[in-house]
Amino acid sequence: MEHTVRAYDAELDAITAELARMGGLAEAEVADAIRSIADQELGLAEAVIERDARLDAMEADIQQKAIRLIALRQPVADDLRRTVAAIKISGDLERCGDLAKNIAKRALAIAESEPLTPVTSSIERMGELVALRLKEVLDALATREVDRAISVWMLDHEIDEHYDAIFRELLTYMMGDPRMITACAHLLFVAKNLERIGDHATNIAETLHYEITGVPLTDERPKSDALEHHDR
Amino acid sequence: MTDLAPPASSQGTEPPPVSGQEPVPTPGSAQETAPPGARPGSPVDRDTSVIAIEPDRIKIDIQNLDFFYGKSHALKAVSMSVAHNAVTAMIGPSGCGKSTLLRTLNRMYGLYPGQKATGKIVFDGEDILGSRINLSLLRARIGMVFQKPTPFPMSIHDNVAFGVRLYENLGRADMNDRVEDSLRRAALWDEVKDKLHTSGLGLSGGQQQRLCVARCIAVRPEVLLLDEPTSALDPISSAKLEETVTQLKADYTIVIVTHNLGQAARLSDYTAFMYLGELVEFGETGSMFTKPVTGRASDYITGRFG
Repeated sequence: MEHTVRAYDAELDAITAELARMGGLAEAEVADAIRSIADQELGLAEAVIERDARLDAMEADIQQKAIRLIALRQPVADDLRRTVAAIKISGDLERCGDLAKNIAKRALAIAESEPLTPVTSSIERMGELVALRLKEVLDALATREVDRAISVWMLDHEIDEHYDAIFRELLTYMMGDPRMITACAHLLFVAKNLERIGDHATNIAETLHYEITGVPLTDERPKSDALEHHDR
Repeated sequence: MTDLAPPASSQGTEPPPVSGQEPVPTPGSAQETAPPGARPGSPVDRDTSVIAIEPDRIKIDIQNLDFFYGKSHALKAVSMSVAHNAVTAMIGPSGCGKSTLLRTLNRMYGLYPGQKATGKIVFDGEDILGSRINLSLLRARIGMVFQKPTPFPMSIHDNVAFGVRLYENLGRADMNDRVEDSLRRAALWDEVKDKLHTSGLGLSGGQQQRLCVARCIAVRPEVLLLDEPTSALDPISSAKLEETVTQLKADYTIVIVTHNLGQAARLSDYTAFMYLGELVEFGETGSMFTKPVTGRASDYITGRFG
């Protein structure tokens, strides 16, 4: 049902629409960053780096609109949850953009070293999985489907497992050939960045769950602790 | 005191009859019924929801209360509890029955012919709707402050002392102490201490309203009923009155009717949302304003009401 004051609806809808645009851009940034690493496309990497500023601006815009709405309309109940969720999700998306930008920078650095085809293929597989999770949670955001958000949240351990495997793989390469250490160290950070993008996708899933149901998503979920001892 | 008249909108605007859908109150358990037309996919999917207060925290227990203005059925099977040392807010659109409910709590409606309440209102173990209740003693224990300030045309000191003299025989010093204490509790003392013997009518609206609160608490009631106490006040005076209410909570049970949803959210521990004489949702204020359970309460507090 619409608000009695229709300008209120227009302001809430403007925030939601801006968040949807921001989600689309963040998704493209992450996908292009992965492509730039996998295919050594330097032009694409440069484009990713350049476009990140737009995500920063969109986050600032959403937060300013949300703060203004809180000050002027005093939203409560689902309106309040929607407004606060927009602030949080825009922050997650902005971080996704930063991480994608960092991946693109490393694509440029790696391009100067030896070809790393066998290693980049596992990074590519992990990247595709992370991009898929981000797309899933953004689709859930657009369609307001709690179940899809929950499945993204439940499956985060798969990304952690990929990271674990890549970590071991890269160690093996570095021990086998010291000339690969520079590139492999960059790839370690790329894998870590991808894992963090996955974490932001689960954050978005949690926020979306709270926004729609009013209940925090706090139950136990499968978690891979394989890397706890040397990761934290 | 014209604001004692029943709300005009409840006269002759008989809502369509509800066919026995009211849940039978079961003390100690929440009443919930599934709505006939719940919004699909919405987490807000109950028709009514009333939480139970733990028995040892109940000050007033309203059980299956119906109220009639002549033939007009103004309250329908309302059951809820008022917790002691807490603020309970009543919200809802005009004519929903919230002021009517407030007026049944000290039998104010008894002043008017043709008004009738059925059910039970148990106040410290005694049904105040019973005929054996002493009304003036009841109203000394359950005080009320009205929408518009109603100071008596006498000095500030006498305004506060007036009610006390009806119930107690205090010496001059004790009376002065009582007046000072009441004015302090009402957060008015510092503003009037140098002019206690000037007329109460010379105070500003906000000060007059706090004077009425002081007059009300001077007789040491247990319960304070506030009927839109800040609707005629400016924001600063409203804030002072809200601060007063927050301070008074430590010693009193407070029920406040307000059209200001922000005020209900700021002040109260529990909120009751009423609509067309029915208690739709009663719960903790924090939950009500972040996660209302019923669609009707959600639509009302978010400003979507039809």
